Amino acid sequence: MTMGTGKKLIFYILLTISAIILFAPTLMALVMSFMSNQDILTGSLPTSLTLDNYKNAFERFPLFQYLFNSFVVSILIMIGQLVLCSLAAYAFVFLEFKGRDLLFYVFIATMMIPFEASIIPNFHIIRDLNWIDTYQGLTIPFFAMAFGTFLLRQNFKMIPKELKEASQIAGMGDFRFYLTVVLPVAKTSLVTLGVYGFLTSWNMYLWPLLATTNDSVRTVQIGLKQLQTQEQLNDWGVIMAGAVIVIIPTLILLFLGQKKLQRGLTEGALK
Amino acid sequence: MEQVELIDITKSYDKQKKVLNEISLSIEKGEFFVLVGPSGSGKSTLLRMIAGLEDITDGTLKINDKVVNHLPPKERNLSMVFQNYALYPHLTVEQNILFGLKAKKVSKVEQQERLRETAEMMGLSELLSRKPRELSGGQRQRVALARSVVSQAPLCLMDEPLSNLDAKLRANMRVEIRRLQKRLGLTMIYVTHDQVEAMTMGDRIMVLNDGIIQQIGKPITLYNEPANLFVASFIGSPKMNLGKAKFSTDYKQLIIEGVLPIEMDPLSVSERLKDVNLTVGIRAEHIFSGMEENATHYLEVVNVEHLGNETTLAFDIGTELWTAKWPGQWMINVGDKIPVRISVEHLCYFDSDSEELLKAATAGKSQEVVAI
Repeated sequence: MTMGTGKKLIFYILLTISAIILFAPTLMALVMSFMSNQDILTGSLPTSLTLDNYKNAFERFPLFQYLFNSFVVSILIMIGQLVLCSLAAYAFVFLEFKGRDLLFYVFIATMMIPFEASIIPNFHIIRDLNWIDTYQGLTIPFFAMAFGTFLLRQNFKMIPKELKEASQIAGMGDFRFYLTVVLPVAKTSLVTLGVYGFLTSWNMYLWPLLATTNDSVRTVQIGLKQLQTQEQLNDWGVIMAGAVIVIIPTLILLFLGQKKLQRGLTEGALK
Repeated sequence: MEQVELIDITKSYDKQKKVLNEISLSIEKGEFFVLVGPSGSGKSTLLRMIAGLEDITDGTLKINDKVVNHLPPKERNLSMVFQNYALYPHLTVEQNILFGLKAKKVSKVEQQERLRETAEMMGLSELLSRKPRELSGGQRQRVALARSVVSQAPLCLMDEPLSNLDAKLRANMRVEIRRLQKRLGLTMIYVTHDQVEAMTMGDRIMVLNDGIIQQIGKPITLYNEPANLFVASFIGSPKMNLGKAKFSTDYKQLIIEGVLPIEMDPLSVSERLKDVNLTVGIRAEHIFSGMEENATHYLEVVNVEHLGNETTLAFDIGTELWTAKWPGQWMINVGDKIPVRISVEHLCYFDSDSEELLKAATAGKSQEVVAI
C-alpha cells in the first residue's frame, strides 16, 4: 500500500487510541486484580502488587469446580455441534432426496428465532425430563445449530461431486465417505466451528443460570456473578481476579486459532 | 464375447425431453470404444449410466450377459477415470491409489504388490508420498489412471480424461492410455468431444448428437463413409467441405453452390441422386493442386496457413468456406488464383433434407487404406 508518512502517522495514532480505549477495561481489570483492596477503593495507582486476590478467589469460592463445569459443558456442546452439524450438512450436500432444498431453507430460517424465544419451552422440557442440574440439561439444547450446518454445507459444497462418485465406484458407503474423505478435507471449517462453539458456550450466561440450582454443575460465568453479590461491599480485587482467570482459556483459544478462525469463517463467502 | 450391451437405453429427466433416445449397442471384450459428440449430446450421461451413477429411465443394460440396471456401481466391477481426476486432496499418491482396494478389503500384502506393480508401470514410484496438489497435471492424470488400473476391473470407463492437459501432453497420454489398454486387455469406454482423440484411439467410435446415435463404426469408415452430414462435418480436421449441389439438365455437370461446376459422366448418375436435393462433400486433401494441363478449376485463395509439413488453403465457394490441404510448403499468397483439381470420384453425396448419406466417395478406399 502506498501512503504518505504523515497520513500513516495519523492512522497509527488513531488506531493506537482506539486500541487503548477498547483494551482499557481489560487492562484495568488485570491491574485491579493485583491491587490491594485499599488501593482500589481510594482510586489511587497501585502502591504494591499482590497475588492475594487470586488466592482469595480460589479459597472463598469453588472456582475450580466452576471452571471444570464450564470446560465439560463447553466441550460437550462443541463435540455435539460438530457431530450433528457435519452430519446434517453432509445430508444437505451429498444425499439427494425430495424437498432437500426446501428443508434446508426452513432449517436456515430457524436462525431468525432468537434463543430467548425458545428458552421457556426448552426449560419446560429439561424440567420434565428431570435434567435440571445435570450436564445433559446444560448442553443438549445447543447441539443442533443452524449456523454451523450452514457453514459446513457451504464448505462441503466445494468438495467435487466426482470424489463422491469415485468412492461410490470403489464401493464405499456414505458413512465411510463422510469419515474418510469429507471430514479430513473440511478440517479447517470444523476447527473454526469448534472454536466458535466452544467460545459461545463458555460465555453462555442465561441458560446455565436457569438450568442450575446449585454449585454441582454451575458454570464459571454464574460463579463470577456470585462473587459480586455475595458480600455487601464488593471485593473488586477478587472479582477481577476471577474475571481474569475466566478470560484466560478464551484468550488461549483465540491466539492459537485466530488464523484458522478467520480463514474458516470467510471460506464459505468466497467460492 | 460381449462385455457391455445396451438395449434401447433411454434417459429423460422429469419425464420431459429425452436426453438419450433408444441407444442400442454392444461393446466387445478388450475393445477400445469411443463415445464422441459435441457437448450436450448426452455422451457423459450415457457413460454415467453404464457406471451406475445415473438411473436408467428405460431399456436394459447388460454387463457380462447379466442385467445390471439396478446394481449399485460397486457391484458392476468397473473402474472410472474422471475429467478432473477426482483425487482425494488430503491423501498421498499411494493412499489415493490404494483407496479403492481398502474399501474392497484386499489383503495388505496384495495391496502392496499391486501398488508396486502399478506405480512402476505408470512411472509413479518416485511420487508415492506426494500430495495431489504437489503434482503436475500429467502426473495427476497418471495417478487417476493408476487408481483405475490397480482395481483390476475388466471394464474401464473414462470421461474426457485428457481435456485438462495441454496439447503436447495430451498427445503423449493418448499413446500411453492406448498402450495400457492393449497391454492389460481392458475393455475401455472412452468419452470425448475431441474427434482427433476419437479417431486416434478408438477401435470403434460411436458418434452421438442430441441423444441419438449418428453412426457406429471403425474410425476409417466414419471418415470415408460418414452416414450423414453431422458425422461428415464432425469427423476429420479440417472438416469435410460441404456444399449444396444441382445437376445440369443434361446431367453432364454437377454445379456446387451455383458457382463450381464439376464434369460428370451422365451414365454414372444413379436415379437415387436425381430426384433429391443434394449436398455434396469433399475432404480437404482431395482438392489437389493442378498443373496447367489437368486443372479443373481456378480458385481464389482467401486464406493460407503454413504448417510446415503441409499448407492449408481456404476458398470461398458460394456461401461456404472450403479448405484444401496440400502436402509440403507452397508459396501462395492470399488473392492468388490457383489451379486445382477436383474430381467426381472423391465426392460424397448427401440428401439435403434427410441429411443421410446417399453415395460415398468411390475413390479413396483402395488408394488410401494401405493394407499391410
